[in-house]
Amino acid sequence: MAIIEVDELRKRYGPSGPEAVSGVSFTVRRGEVFGLLGPNGAGKTTTIGALTTRVRPTSGRVAVDGIDVQRDPVAVKQRIAVVPQRPNLDRVLSALENLTFHAAYFGYSRGDRKRRALALLDEFGLAGREGDRVDNYSGGMAQRLMIARALMHRPHVLFLDEPTTGLDPQSRLFLWDQIERLRREGTTILLTTHDMAEADRLCDRIAIVDHGKRIALDTPAGLRDLLPGARGVELTVVHPSDPAPALAALGDVETSAQEAGRWHARLYGEVTPAQALAAVDRMGAEIVDLRRIEGTLEDVFVQLTGRDLR
Amino acid sequence: MSTASERAAATAGRGSPVAPEAPALSPRAATVRAFLALLERDAWVTFRRDLAAFLAQSLMQPLFFLFTFGRVLPEIGAAQGAYGKQLLPGILALTLVITALQNTSLPLVIEFSFTKEIEDRLLAPLPAALVGLEKIVFASLRATVAALLILPMAAVVLPGGVDLGSVSWLGFLALLVMGSLAGASLGMVLGTAVPPNRINVVFAVFLTPLIFTGATFYPWQALDGLRWFQVITLINPMTYVSEGMRSALTDGPTLATGWIALGIVAATVAFAALGLKGFLRRAVD
Repeated sequence: MAIIEVDELRKRYGPSGPEAVSGVSFTVRRGEVFGLLGPNGAGKTTTIGALTTRVRPTSGRVAVDGIDVQRDPVAVKQRIAVVPQRPNLDRVLSALENLTFHAAYFGYSRGDRKRRALALLDEFGLAGREGDRVDNYSGGMAQRLMIARALMHRPHVLFLDEPTTGLDPQSRLFLWDQIERLRREGTTILLTTHDMAEADRLCDRIAIVDHGKRIALDTPAGLRDLLPGARGVELTVVHPSDPAPALAALGDVETSAQEAGRWHARLYGEVTPAQALAAVDRMGAEIVDLRRIEGTLEDVFVQLTGRDLR
Repeated sequence: MSTASERAAATAGRGSPVAPEAPALSPRAATVRAFLALLERDAWVTFRRDLAAFLAQSLMQPLFFLFTFGRVLPEIGAAQGAYGKQLLPGILALTLVITALQNTSLPLVIEFSFTKEIEDRLLAPLPAALVGLEKIVFASLRATVAALLILPMAAVVLPGGVDLGSVSWLGFLALLVMGSLAGASLGMVLGTAVPPNRINVVFAVFLTPLIFTGATFYPWQALDGLRWFQVITLINPMTYVSEGMRSALTDGPTLATGWIALGIVAATVAFAALGLKGFLRRAVD
């Protein structure tokens, strides 16, 4: 069942401005981690803005949990949380107070606010720093605090706008674990990212948008299939002569000689590793290395959106 | 709108066992709770965090106005001894309007542009316009507190002290509420209409005339001999607050009560409408 519905969303900033979003549609299922990918200025942030009550659509309909965002923004705000790209913490408050006042806005009682805030600070590795002013927090800590704050009121849908941009590898891995945990607990997550490895690892489905339009929507594996030419097997073998003739029956082959009688071969097409190994056996060669070639999401992304700078 | 049980079912089984369930509130109830919580946050920051800054920011200017014009000038013979009696209502109005104005406009500029912290409040479960209204209400509260603190200060600074014998308390109370709301509404107009990097220029250009044409340092009636200026001062909403304070605190001649009420109410309604419109333009693209 769809928890997010975006139907023919259009947004023009100002009467004569360019259209930031020109007719985007997609739905997100309950419990799904959904990725919104696209170059800078593609319309991702505008789309998130429309879903989170911050952007008024020029036309089209957006709904969360079956509620039209335009018609009942308060009911939508009760169900969602947003972690923005740039820090927007309340700087005169301590870390703990950032969480407790956020919960107060959502109607939590005084005791519940504090209990939940301390539990989340602990979960996000901020125990012992709850009294600090958030001005003294590092970028990674501020990011973790913003996610903890977003979770304070138990949102059904969590929006993460480029959550790992600028984070160190430790913080990024930590965040990935948290996203996977939230998914297991049933929270629906919509995230935007430029990091293809991140999208590949986390997302159940991905929509790629460019120039305000949705140009692809599939699972990560489905998207990689859009580049069939980039699939196959890569081998390193020891053999007295070029192995190309013996492998040619399996698909298109490229070979190159390496030092010490080694050959490097790339076999493109629908080749399984077992077929490749059998062929190596038959020619009496010794296998040194075997790797499956898969088009990366990044290849697909560049293929779909082009190489032009934005 | 889902029912409480649907909401509870949808959120069941999440998170650590100590975590309580989200309160299942109707949008209307959630709005009331959120509005009160925003006030609570601002009160906490004002009185538990920034009390000294708040007092300094609100009281330094009136203190020096009272001291210089109410005490120094009469003592060196540049003003009459009773001038302080005319000055006090003006300083009360000035503190009320300017404190409310600054406490709305400056935080708005900072929170929309630099810290972005308003975003978290705009996502709280209440209509965006009420986030703006809360700013006006709380700035008015701060201004009222500041204005009330002027009274003991004036009792010490002014040579004649403060005579509360002929005060109309009901009128004084109404002026505290309406005068601060007028100032805060004007502050919301300035804080949302101007690009953030221009706010200091706007303050310089707006505040000085506002302070000096608002019948602050002289009763409006005394301008009879300077007719053109007397007419100009009627454009300034602070004139009505000053004259109102004069009417509530002294028995000298002032603008008629009806004009005072009309001036303040009209200014408040107009600026609040304009200011909230500006706020929504900034809050929702």
